[in-house]
Amino acid sequence: MTDLLYSEEEEALRAAVRDLLADHCDAPGVIARTESDAPHDLAAWKALVDGMGLAGLLVPEAQGGQGVTHREVAVVLEELGRAVAPVPYLASAVVATEALLECGDEDLLGRLASGRDIGVLAVGLHRAPGTAFPAVRLEGGALHGELTGIADAAVADVLLVPAEDGGLYAVEAADATVIPQVSLDLTRPLATVTLDGARGRPLGDAGPAVRRALRAGAGLLASEQLGLAEWTLTQTVRYLKERKQFNRPVGGFQALKHRLAQLWLEVASLRAAARNAADALATGEDTDLAVAVAQAYASPVAVHAAEEALQLHAGIGMTWEHPVHLYLKRAKADSIAYGTAGAHRGAVGELVDLQAP
Amino acid sequence: MTDAAELRRRTRELLAAYPPAGTDRLDFLRARFDAGLAWVHYPEGLGGLGAPRSLQTVVDAELEAAGAPDNDPRRIGIGLGMAAPTILKYGTEEQKRRYLRPLWVGEEVWCQLFSEPGAGSDLAALGTRGVREGDQWVVNGQKVWTSSAHLARWAILIARTDPDVPKHAGITYFICDMTDPGVEVRPLRQITGEAEFNEVFLTDVRIPDSRRLGEVGDGWRVAQTTLNNERVAIGGMRLPREGGMIGPVSKTWRERPELRTHDLHQRLLKLWVESEVSRLTAERLRQQLVAGQPGPEGAGMKLAFARLNQEISGLEVELLGEEGLLYDDWTMRRPELVDFTGREAGYRYLRSKGNSIEGGTSEVLLNIIAERVLGLPAEPRTDKDVAWKDLAR
Repeated sequence: MTDLLYSEEEEALRAAVRDLLADHCDAPGVIARTESDAPHDLAAWKALVDGMGLAGLLVPEAQGGQGVTHREVAVVLEELGRAVAPVPYLASAVVATEALLECGDEDLLGRLASGRDIGVLAVGLHRAPGTAFPAVRLEGGALHGELTGIADAAVADVLLVPAEDGGLYAVEAADATVIPQVSLDLTRPLATVTLDGARGRPLGDAGPAVRRALRAGAGLLASEQLGLAEWTLTQTVRYLKERKQFNRPVGGFQALKHRLAQLWLEVASLRAAARNAADALATGEDTDLAVAVAQAYASPVAVHAAEEALQLHAGIGMTWEHPVHLYLKRAKADSIAYGTAGAHRGAVGELVDLQAP
Repeated sequence: MTDAAELRRRTRELLAAYPPAGTDRLDFLRARFDAGLAWVHYPEGLGGLGAPRSLQTVVDAELEAAGAPDNDPRRIGIGLGMAAPTILKYGTEEQKRRYLRPLWVGEEVWCQLFSEPGAGSDLAALGTRGVREGDQWVVNGQKVWTSSAHLARWAILIARTDPDVPKHAGITYFICDMTDPGVEVRPLRQITGEAEFNEVFLTDVRIPDSRRLGEVGDGWRVAQTTLNNERVAIGGMRLPREGGMIGPVSKTWRERPELRTHDLHQRLLKLWVESEVSRLTAERLRQQLVAGQPGPEGAGMKLAFARLNQEISGLEVELLGEEGLLYDDWTMRRPELVDFTGREAGYRYLRSKGNSIEGGTSEVLLNIIAERVLGLPAEPRTDKDVAWKDLAR
């Protein structure tokens, strides 16, 4: 049976990542950074990958990684979600890494696992696993075309680009034009990638690599959404114990208590779904269903948590100064990332034979 | 220390001395109790061996493999789940010896006389009066929503023994003889047409003081043991995928494509996902219990299952279309067992309406989560320092 708990090692990892993020990713700093030329926090990224070696968790030790499993990666993502940390961890250490593991490219795996380089799969963030994705033209050995909605491409060193011949190609970012898009999620910004005769190194078949990468992305995004939802719930409870109106803490009003209790139940349930998906990715058992269930459940819960946090913080929650908007923007963008809840429910229907009319 | 090997050895000894095939069912169960293999975590002499509760599965597996009879735990759930732990914790030695063995064996069925027409969510406001006369208590009042009252030999009962102190302080806990001439049990017909529950009218029922559990006036604290065990029982179940209310509607969906619509498909998938996530949440809770780290999720599981049962069964009635307009049978019956997922969709729809009321309303459970798990301020209490007799009613 699936292990839905956290091991002692996993809790220790969580504590270490949380400490690191407390030093690097405080809310005012993240907000200030979103309006700068460099929304990504590469100092925090360096601390995560150099200091702790977290970029290589999924990569076998023989290829320069840590050789642990998706369960540990999920714990890291919970903490990154709690901090809405603007680092390309999901993009590089999970999605691009899974694509490279499928292709078996030792060189790039080593570069990504060490954290020396950031890799990004050039597939729009909204694409669900197992669905179609755009590819660029291949003419005379050079790549041509424009791809949009590529998360974290602005900080990529290497892009993994699907081409029309069905292959996946490695393109050095220096050979591509990457233009940031004004994005709803300030802490996971998108960019367009334009290739105008860029050289690409063939890695393998794009189909299975992209499918595997997006499945891992969707399944582990649920853990990031769990961290996000947990932060918004905890902060809202704390605020409502302090905030007084009508000569009482507003957290004593039953109308608000019931909403928070309901949200707590959703977050507790999301924890079980997210752990189940992480464990299934690690063991390979029943993985498609576990991922689809987790992602079908996680997005509405994370959005609900962030929306409740805003409403219950009321006026202060509507200000640019308070960080709750960062969580709302991340949660809403996450509800589209790697496929909507509806897309994943559709996948569940196929997997358990509950067919459409 | 009694370990798994020792329990296995004792179980095999029992099976050798009382081969299930040639032994009367009750004789076997009595022998099992006397061997300490009934509930291994209970003390020696009271059906147990003082072993860890988790080792019960070792005994159960051996007995099941040997085809031994069980004590039909669903039929005597109130005795096993609620009366027994309370008697164990608060009973005198004499009470434990008198009541626990026939309770576990199933010779004596128990029921619970707690809720009243005027005391539902506010159970501590109950008004059934107990007045002391010498070494007896004379009890008058009305209890409601009592399962198994018509089958029960004994009841756990809470009554108001001091109306002049605040409500929580004036309650005493008793064991009531259901064969006393002052006890009248009437079936309480519910919206499904049947009567799973009863109303119980108590008129000058005389209870000897030797059947009091705990101190006079301490009944509310004693009742907490009963009520906490009720919630543990609800949280500890393990279900397979599609094991609950989502099972029958999924089956109908697969077998009858002509009923499908796009709207119902979307709603079904959403409920299927939520059922699976609730199942995983219950499984996570179970794993936490086994690992010795009980989490607060139990309080939420009943909430989740009540809502899901109601929404799923409602969807199922709609899915059935013309058939959904029919009902299998309105005949008044008194079933021995409660089965939320039994019978037809219409029954399931109506019965599940009770899931958010029985064993604590969903509204009260949300308060409990908000206050005990999230630490939010309690409701203002206007009744805390007021004598019970002066409360608004």
